[in-house]
Amino acid sequence: MAPGRRVAVGLLAAGLGFGALATVGIPAFYESFLYMIFSWIALATSWSILSGYAGYFSFGHGAFFGAGMYTTATLTTALGLPFLATLPIAGLLAAALGLGIGAVVFRVKRLRGELFGLLTLAVGFVLATIVLNTRIDGGPGVYLSAVPLPRVLASPTGTLYLLGLALALATVGTAYAVAHSRLGLGLYAIHDDEDVAELKGVPTLSYKLIAFALSAGIAGVAGGIHAMYVSYVTVGETFSITVPLYVVLMSVLGGARHWLGPAVGATMIAASLYAFTGGQQALLGRALVAFILILIVLLLPEGVVPAVLARWRAWRPRSMEVSEPPAALPARAAPAAVLTCEHVWRAFGGIQALRGVSLAVAPGEILGLVGPNGSGKTTLINVISGYYTADRGRVTLGGEALTERTAHEIARLGVGRTYQIPRPFAHFTALDNVALAATFGPGRCPPRQARDEARAWLDFTGLGRRATALPHELNLHERKFLELARALAGAPRVILLDEVLSGLNPAEIASAVRLIQQIRARGVAVLFVEHLMRAVLELSDRVVVLNEGEVIAAGSPHEAMRSERVIEVYLGTTHVA
Amino acid sequence: MPSLTLLAQAVVSGVLAGGIYGLLGLGLSLSWGLLRLVNLAHFALALLGAYLTYQLGSAFHVAPWLSALAIVPAFFVLGVGFHAVFTYFRVTELTSLLVTFGVAVILESVIQWFWTADYRRYETAYATASMRVGPVFVPTLEMLACLTAAVLALATWAWLRFTYVGKALRASAEDPAMAAAFGVNHRAQAFLLSGVSAAYAGIAGAFIALISTLAPSQIWAWLGVVFAVVIIGGLGNPIGALLAGLLIGVSESVTMAVVTPAWAPLVSFSVLILILIARPGRV
Repeated sequence: MAPGRRVAVGLLAAGLGFGALATVGIPAFYESFLYMIFSWIALATSWSILSGYAGYFSFGHGAFFGAGMYTTATLTTALGLPFLATLPIAGLLAAALGLGIGAVVFRVKRLRGELFGLLTLAVGFVLATIVLNTRIDGGPGVYLSAVPLPRVLASPTGTLYLLGLALALATVGTAYAVAHSRLGLGLYAIHDDEDVAELKGVPTLSYKLIAFALSAGIAGVAGGIHAMYVSYVTVGETFSITVPLYVVLMSVLGGARHWLGPAVGATMIAASLYAFTGGQQALLGRALVAFILILIVLLLPEGVVPAVLARWRAWRPRSMEVSEPPAALPARAAPAAVLTCEHVWRAFGGIQALRGVSLAVAPGEILGLVGPNGSGKTTLINVISGYYTADRGRVTLGGEALTERTAHEIARLGVGRTYQIPRPFAHFTALDNVALAATFGPGRCPPRQARDEARAWLDFTGLGRRATALPHELNLHERKFLELARALAGAPRVILLDEVLSGLNPAEIASAVRLIQQIRARGVAVLFVEHLMRAVLELSDRVVVLNEGEVIAAGSPHEAMRSERVIEVYLGTTHVA
Repeated sequence: MPSLTLLAQAVVSGVLAGGIYGLLGLGLSLSWGLLRLVNLAHFALALLGAYLTYQLGSAFHVAPWLSALAIVPAFFVLGVGFHAVFTYFRVTELTSLLVTFGVAVILESVIQWFWTADYRRYETAYATASMRVGPVFVPTLEMLACLTAAVLALATWAWLRFTYVGKALRASAEDPAMAAAFGVNHRAQAFLLSGVSAAYAGIAGAFIALISTLAPSQIWAWLGVVFAVVIIGGLGNPIGALLAGLLIGVSESVTMAVVTPAWAPLVSFSVLILILIARPGRV
């Protein structure tokens, strides 16, 4: 049975089982005990969709939960809307709030994780102050005791129990679906290295916004149900630090990157909190939960579920992956095209890194880009790939302007690049690293096909046997070649190679040179930045020499390197004679 | 429009309240900025210090400054102990948040176990003493707290700026590997700094005992405001923490006087959000 179907059947079985429990009629105490667990499962799992998968820890989950609570409280009491009708509105409103916050916050350049956490924390406080001081609450709180509750079952607690159950299962199902979709793949890549993800074609901004809205929306619905459960909504209780902190703790405890982790963590913490009720015992219980939390964070930093899964796999080793015959390299996806740069300028503060650089690379051509350190080679690569925007000038690919586009759009149009210091996604296997690029790159493969293509590129670069290795298990040479495979995946029309040979030994250089020649033979335009002159002369069809952001020579390799200005730049004036 | 006297009184009260924010923010800012550890337990430690001062003072009639002499070194040792655990388990910035949250909850439970959740008030003869400057009242104890915050902030700044240990700490915060290559023993200095940070919590605690009414849940009441103070002031910047404390204190207190008390949190957090969005490079 496919894993997806197995999960669906499991969730359905859980739904039927717990649903049947309610129709039999269990004591109200157990119904509300289980309701609380369901509610926490929905909250913690929804939190992890943005914060666990993409790594942006939000401390504002309470704000969305509270927005949902007050939406339902206000709409049912002031406007007399039926309770069930307010739930989708609560969800949409909370999602809109998340989207709004995200639209402002995610535009902040270099937004670090802790900053995002604190910003979202502050949003919660601001929202609480607004609710407290306006007619939404105004201070005394809102009573919902007069709001009619639809009778699905005999008891009102039974109805809320079923609603909580449905929401918890739907949320876990959503988390599973997201984790195994293109969206989830993109979010995991954002977690590991957002800049690289964007340059490999992941639309990072819209993915973060979608995840934030989804996460906030579910919290809003959970809040709407909870308003009815508590039936008396106050600012102090709703916007207390409890919700934002507990969802973080539950998710981290269970494993925030795993779709089931938060649900397991939520069950553990919520159940143990409930086990200690009343007086001194509750006090001891809380301290005990805190102590267990400390132990688990220190001993199992990845969370309970991933740790258990790792044990399980180690204990029951799966049959070694059968090495498949090398797959055929994918046929060219897009027509070959010329890359041109026309008078590209770029400054950093007072430093002019690029001063009107113009060059062109034809399909099936290797253009060597050389120059001393600081001459602007890597800056030019960053401008072409969209990491930096040009101050002036134009970059085009096959006549289409790249200059105004975002990095992920440029990647999809067919520009691949490598990094001088390899930047693989740390939690992805070698295969998945390449598959991500194939999924989001110009080819836009569906995930399954992307893995086949990725395997072909790994074979092409000689990494076929390292497919299941994590980046930290690879040596420098393998990581460099992984960069290359990742740049090639998705069959780009242009590939930008930033010092792929540095740090390699002569044998490794020889095999890299052969690879680059094969890439050229496939009709790809190659822009080749390198300090190793022997390789530049051997590989390049033409050479462009940069110095202090200007092109000082261009032409055939030997011609360009013999130009007086080039010798002057490399060796100093006294040698020019 | 409120009278000028009211406004002046609001500014003075704000400065004094801001002094306490700065005092609490100081230790937090040091460990966050220089050790990359977000210490939520700092608030719990300060409150524990306050309860100890209260206990020693009201049950055994020990003068607060005498109890501070005992509490501050004890907290220094406690801070060093915490740091030993953090280094042993290689706690990162994010996990430090979770671990210290756990520590804070345990400390809250301990406080509640011994002193219950009831409000406690440390009554001293000088609790209500105040000076009069023109039409404005200046409570003596709060002024003392504010002055202490200023002295500690300046001293810490000088310590980081001019001594070898301070420079080494700042270098390690920038680039631990490079600092180590130049012979900086980051581990030893990190222990010193966490001790100092915890000791500051003890000092803050003594003043909190004298000035405010104590309840275990106060740990969480400070969280938002002091975090705002620490970030606005710049991580690891003692003077910045003090000035940000004053800024937030004054803006809160003026809002209370001019608009209504309930809107006050909106001001500090709006300032925080604006600063984070406009100048994210500060942190």
